[in-house]
Amino acid sequence: MSQDLIYCTTGIGLFALGLYGVLFVAHILRKLIAINISGIGVFLVLLATAKHEGVVDPVPHAMVLTGIVVAVAGTALCLWLTVNIHCRQITQQGESK
Amino acid sequence: MGAPGIVMTSAQHFLPLVIGLPLLAAVFCLLVSNSRWSARFSILFASIHTLVVMQVLSSLRDSGSVWRYELGGWGAPLGIDLVLDGFSVILLFATTIVVLCVTTYSAAYFKTPQQTSRFWPLWWLLVAGLNAAFLSGDAFNLYVALEIIGLSSVALVALAGNVSAITAALRYALVGLLGSLCYLMGVALLYRAYGTLDLALLSQTVQGTPITWAALALISVGLLLKTALLPLHFWLPPAHAGAPAPVSAALSALVVKASFYVLARFWLDVCSPAASADALNLLGFFGACAIFWGCFAACRAKRLKLLVAYSTVAQLGYLFLLFPLTAAYGPSAGSAALAAVAYLIVAHAFAKAAMFMAAGSIQLACGYDDIDRLRGVVSHQPISVFTFAIAGASLIGLPPTGGFIAKWLLLNSAIDSGQWWWIAVILCGGLFSAIYIFRVLILAFTARQGEQSSSGGPTHPIPQTMMACGFMLAIATVALGFNAEWLLSYMDINLIGFLAGTEPLP
Repeated sequence: MSQDLIYCTTGIGLFALGLYGVLFVAHILRKLIAINISGIGVFLVLLATAKHEGVVDPVPHAMVLTGIVVAVAGTALCLWLTVNIHCRQITQQGESK
Repeated sequence: MGAPGIVMTSAQHFLPLVIGLPLLAAVFCLLVSNSRWSARFSILFASIHTLVVMQVLSSLRDSGSVWRYELGGWGAPLGIDLVLDGFSVILLFATTIVVLCVTTYSAAYFKTPQQTSRFWPLWWLLVAGLNAAFLSGDAFNLYVALEIIGLSSVALVALAGNVSAITAALRYALVGLLGSLCYLMGVALLYRAYGTLDLALLSQTVQGTPITWAALALISVGLLLKTALLPLHFWLPPAHAGAPAPVSAALSALVVKASFYVLARFWLDVCSPAASADALNLLGFFGACAIFWGCFAACRAKRLKLLVAYSTVAQLGYLFLLFPLTAAYGPSAGSAALAAVAYLIVAHAFAKAAMFMAAGSIQLACGYDDIDRLRGVVSHQPISVFTFAIAGASLIGLPPTGGFIAKWLLLNSAIDSGQWWWIAVILCGGLFSAIYIFRVLILAFTARQGEQSSSGGPTHPIPQTMMACGFMLAIATVALGFNAEWLLSYMDINLIGFLAGTEPLP
């Protein structure tokens, strides 16, 4: 029970930490990392929920697996957009010189 | 139609099809990657999709009750259920009509093979996500649907290809991811407290405890970010104005409504024991602020598409009047308000999609969409300006359009619930909408003085189908005004307490 609570509070702490990072850090890559940290916080809360009196509940595991897939896809999309903007800005600077 | 039981069971099997068909189309368009065949197939496919949804609509009304479909035959606690009731069927209807028109429009709009090969799979993925969100009866399944919608719309915005659009897409992506994470955290807390994800089971067991408040707060913040209610609307105008015109139409007409739909579900039904009247009034207050700020920003916008995007911010404000109007005034006033808002969602979806299509046609024909240079544009773009005018009339809420009926219903429920201040907000909002609509129309109808002062005639001829699609949607907004009874008949099925008290059908 106490172990479950430790995991849960850690998860909420990570979520809050990531939230802070997304809102108050300017660099885009750091924002992305912060979002991923938030995501891990949510997954930790879910995994802590999976343990009911010694019996393991499979539903949160399925949710976390799906969540990881979504997080990977979202991060990849954001990274692609970032690289794309960066490349275009470089070519624009090259043209203006 | 035979025995109602038989009709119900056969038509219920269309429900997974409504989600599965767009997914199939996405895979097909990805594999074909031939732009011409993708476009032709997509138009055919959108027609089939419309027929299927219309079949579902008519048999739902025949059966007259809420549908639950157990996917794969698994029951509610473990399996995932699809739920179709009055509210979701109205949104499904709006989605289908807009998807049909946008698909046809896009087939003419996108020219380069690179754009078409990317557009069609993403577009059908977006449609699948929207349908899944409206049909889902499971909190986690809603998260997946919202993520499918979010990721595919971000990629669609980035399709415009210029730096400003991609920057807007990146901001949209970050906001979307953050919003979904907040939502997921709320769902995790709900699961922790009540041990189920099924919305119907949740609505029966949820109590007004602190953990429910925390979950509802997290879910609301996440969904408000995605719905772009006033203080959180910053990402919407650049993303919706920067996207390609058909994408803008779908984003403004449908995508923001999906998260609003989920929000309404949670506040009015699933977590209703935890919803206090103060919180509901606060949501309404932000909605009223959004109406005024959106109209003000639209009046000052320099570009036509930006004006239409700010108009979306304002119109979304009206939707949030739902919450104070349902607050603590009994189920009868509540369901009247929900009927009004559902009607407004359809009217706004049609009008806004038509408006973005018209704006896109004008932009494509002239090569620009700066409002100051649109002087006299009616002389070479009569149909597009006419479409814009009809859609604008619906946004203002002038009679014979759907927008008028929606505002009328909203005013009625405001009077019934005895909250006169919302009447003032609704009327002033309509007046301010008139200012920005007429600002464009007056310029468009003013004859040009110097021949060369603004640009000459259309530099690019635009396909007839594009103008026809926008025009059809504008006609649909008027038809909506004349067929209010038909749409409202679906609201009788079950709206407030949608899920509570529904049993799985045999």
